[in-house]
Amino acid sequence: MSLPVRKFDAVVVGAGGAGLRAALQLSEAGLKTAVLSKVFPTRSHTVAAQGGIGASLGNMGEDSWLWHMYDTIKGSDYLGDQDAIEFMCRMAPQAVYELEHFGMPFDRNDDGSVYQRPFGGHSQNFGERPVQRSCCAADRTGHAMLHTLYQRNVRANTLFFVEWMALDLIRDASGQVLGVTAMEMETGEVWIFHARATLFATGGAGRIYAASTNAFINTGDGLGMAARAGIPLEDMEFWQFHPTGVAGAGVLITEGVRGEGGYLLNKNGERFMERYAPTMKDLASRDVVSRAMATEIKEGRGAGKEADHILLKLDHLGAEVIEKRLPGIREIARKFANVDPVKDPIPVVPTCHYQMGGIPTNYHGEVVVPRGGEHAAVVPGFYAAGECGCASVHGANRLGTNSLTDLLVFGRASGESVIRYLRENPGHKDLPGDAADLSRARLARLDGQAGGESVHEVGAEMRRTMQAHCGVFRFPDMLAEGVRRMQQVAARAARTGIADKSRTFNTARIEALELDNLVEVAMATMVSADARHESRGAHDRSDCPKRDDVNWLKHSLWYKDGSRLAYKPVNLTPLTAQTFEPKVRAY
Amino acid sequence: MRFSVYRYDPDKDSKPYMKDYEVALEPSDRMLLDALVRIKALDDSLSLRRSCREGVCGSDAMNINGRNGLACITRLADLKEPVELRPLPGLPVIRDLVVDMSQFFKQYHSIKPYLQNTAPAPEKERLQSPAEREELDGLYECILCACCSTSCPSFWWNPDKFVGPAGLLAAYRFIADTRDQATSERLDDLEDPYRLFRCHSIMNCVDVCPKGLNPTRAIGRIKELMVKRMV
Ligand SMILES: Cc1cc2nc3c(=O)[nH]c(=O)nc-3n(C[C@H](O)[C@H](O)[C@H](O)COP(=O)(O)OP(=O)(O)OC[C@H]3O[C@@H](n4cnc5c(N)ncnc54)[C@H](O)[C@@H]3O)c2cc1C
Ligand code: SF4
Ligand code: SF4
Ligand code: FES
Repeated sequence: MSLPVRKFDAVVVGAGGAGLRAALQLSEAGLKTAVLSKVFPTRSHTVAAQGGIGASLGNMGEDSWLWHMYDTIKGSDYLGDQDAIEFMCRMAPQAVYELEHFGMPFDRNDDGSVYQRPFGGHSQNFGERPVQRSCCAADRTGHAMLHTLYQRNVRANTLFFVEWMALDLIRDASGQVLGVTAMEMETGEVWIFHARATLFATGGAGRIYAASTNAFINTGDGLGMAARAGIPLEDMEFWQFHPTGVAGAGVLITEGVRGEGGYLLNKNGERFMERYAPTMKDLASRDVVSRAMATEIKEGRGAGKEADHILLKLDHLGAEVIEKRLPGIREIARKFANVDPVKDPIPVVPTCHYQMGGIPTNYHGEVVVPRGGEHAAVVPGFYAAGECGCASVHGANRLGTNSLTDLLVFGRASGESVIRYLRENPGHKDLPGDAADLSRARLARLDGQAGGESVHEVGAEMRRTMQAHCGVFRFPDMLAEGVRRMQQVAARAARTGIADKSRTFNTARIEALELDNLVEVAMATMVSADARHESRGAHDRSDCPKRDDVNWLKHSLWYKDGSRLAYKPVNLTPLTAQTFEPKVRAY
Repeated sequence: MRFSVYRYDPDKDSKPYMKDYEVALEPSDRMLLDALVRIKALDDSLSLRRSCREGVCGSDAMNINGRNGLACITRLADLKEPVELRPLPGLPVIRDLVVDMSQFFKQYHSIKPYLQNTAPAPEKERLQSPAEREELDGLYECILCACCSTSCPSFWWNPDKFVGPAGLLAAYRFIADTRDQATSERLDDLEDPYRLFRCHSIMNCVDVCPKGLNPTRAIGRIKELMVKRMV
């Protein structure tokens, strides 16, 4: 059986912020581009982003891209690549202005300029005091941004394949990428998308954890596809736990609450962040705040009957500010926490939120892997942007608002790189004979499997394992045991079975295919975390409590083949600025 | 808790039927979507769309005990048993609770849902006062869930000709934006016995919108502008 083949100049997988920004660049350049998405574009998870987009517009007081760059590097605990970080921070204001021109409904100041709010880890003059850098649309910034980008793509006549799930990456013997296989959910039909350039913007994989702020569809498909095609995954041990997920529900409460003046309390009503971060207090970077909260809870100062959460107080902001700047938060708190924040504090706990690692790229969005003596050789025809990529601008810990900035800047940059590449490399290279073998085998296994493992149960076991063994605080014996458990999970995931064999909108099949990807990501995370013998950013190990720049100022690269690790150096040389040398991180 | 769910798989069912489920809920199961996830763990053949589980992506709109809503922000405690779940009314069913939304999106696309401004863009942002920006509140927050349009009788009868509440809300979102220069083209496009004037202010749309938006008011504003430009 041969599959239908469709030819495109470029195929973009993912229609969140990064995918839509890249697609816009390609459509406007007149390239024949297919944009695939598991969901209608405006249902992508970017829609849930709340707090804002980081850019040094300086609308509220003095600001500069260099300060933004310093904050980002410090936030990354010096693991971020300084060339990529300089690029992002310099381009950020332009990216925001462009979005405004597209119609983004930003909040405004009296002079008509874009309103900016303070956010964690963002400071004036290299850490002196908090700065207002987050450009926002109330607490619905992601929704406003995603819809604006979708609308602009409608204008540009972008060709969408909605509810098409990419299954596997097509790579020939030379390593060049030639497109993807993908399944139309409505019909179950599988096609080969034969493309001269393939761009992944598939978002994060926060669903590897039991408690997550992430949507159900955040299953790391791009990472799974890349890993199966022999591409390593970078820095997967670094997962951001957001300080304020609603206790029990996981739903996010934006850091913008603290930006607007809210703060955290333990059961004694103490504003404990003053002890942990005297200058930035509740606006210290997320890894610092999450650890402080987890410490308070561990030491018995958590609130509630079970002393298992922290309180986020914001009633002192007044109903008017809350209604104007944080209306969505009020809605969420009422629905998911049963409290009205105008009167009562919101119960919160650190919750898995963001994947700092991903598919390794340079700051042009080109995917890079070690080859020969080179540690960053370009994979021809393959690009990645957004949360699935690792440029690396977030290093060991991302600052709030820097992901949306990343989507805009690297979405555009990767689109530009594709345009350049297509100009220099005309014509389609032939597909290898085995282009669709892997996908066909995966589907055939699922169709043929009788009485296999339950997708639901294997997924639950994976999420529990990640949560218990690879959380905010990590312990050597737990990590080692976690690796063993993940191996069992992976073995079970290879035997999943589904009762539903229908071809029409078979979500059981989709969830089984997603689980394959989740398991790759979870394994990469556990193995990389087990190997990193230091504490840096979001990775905190009890047996090595300090950062170790002598041995560990380097990026991890996990290969699926043999679950092997390699490492590559951090780029400490910015494009034009001076190097920010690693130093002790205090907030 | 007891549920009665609309089931239809064109691959094997000659016609739709209602299937009963009884599921044991955990204390952490607060919303209808939590219960649906439990049902799906028992019976993986139930198809539905869902993603964000917090009411912002618009995926899981369905008809719940006769009323359109989002499963993820519908409290189980507020529902009468057995909870009757059906696909959104008026759209073709693909399978189970999954409907074909093409017609709905086609209407949304028909209003040219993007900012139109041919003046050269300034170097920085276009300016807009807080008061001008406030005009967009209650309009831009739409999540395209289709709860409104699929509860609107006028949309049921003329889904190909009547833009419907969601599309008209979006049209007014751009008309109300001081940065958009295409107001008169937008009004021309809507000045049609079907596109706009099929709305008879029945207000079903306002009743069901899970984001508390008010398409009827937006439609009224568009009508006012049309009258105004005639005199
Ligand atoms: C609740 C929440 C709030 C946040 N708030 C902020 C904030 O205020 N500021 C900030 O900077 N960051 C924030 N973040 C982080 C930020 O929102 C995300 O990192 C970012 O939106 C990811 O965008 P993306 O374009 O990479 O991916 P997504 O928006 O997740 O999009 C992924 C796309 O890929 C598609 N896709 C995936 N797999 C496949 C496949 N196999 N086949 C076809 N298509 C596929 C999906 O359909 C989707 O279109 C927040 C995150 C969360 C969870
Ligand atoms: S008010 Fe108009 S759009 Fe809304 S339900 Fe009634 S007829 Fe439909
Ligand atoms: S107006 Fe309300 S009900 Fe209608 S699509 Fe938008 S959010 Fe949904
Ligand atoms: S799952 Fe997103 S709106 Fe309900």
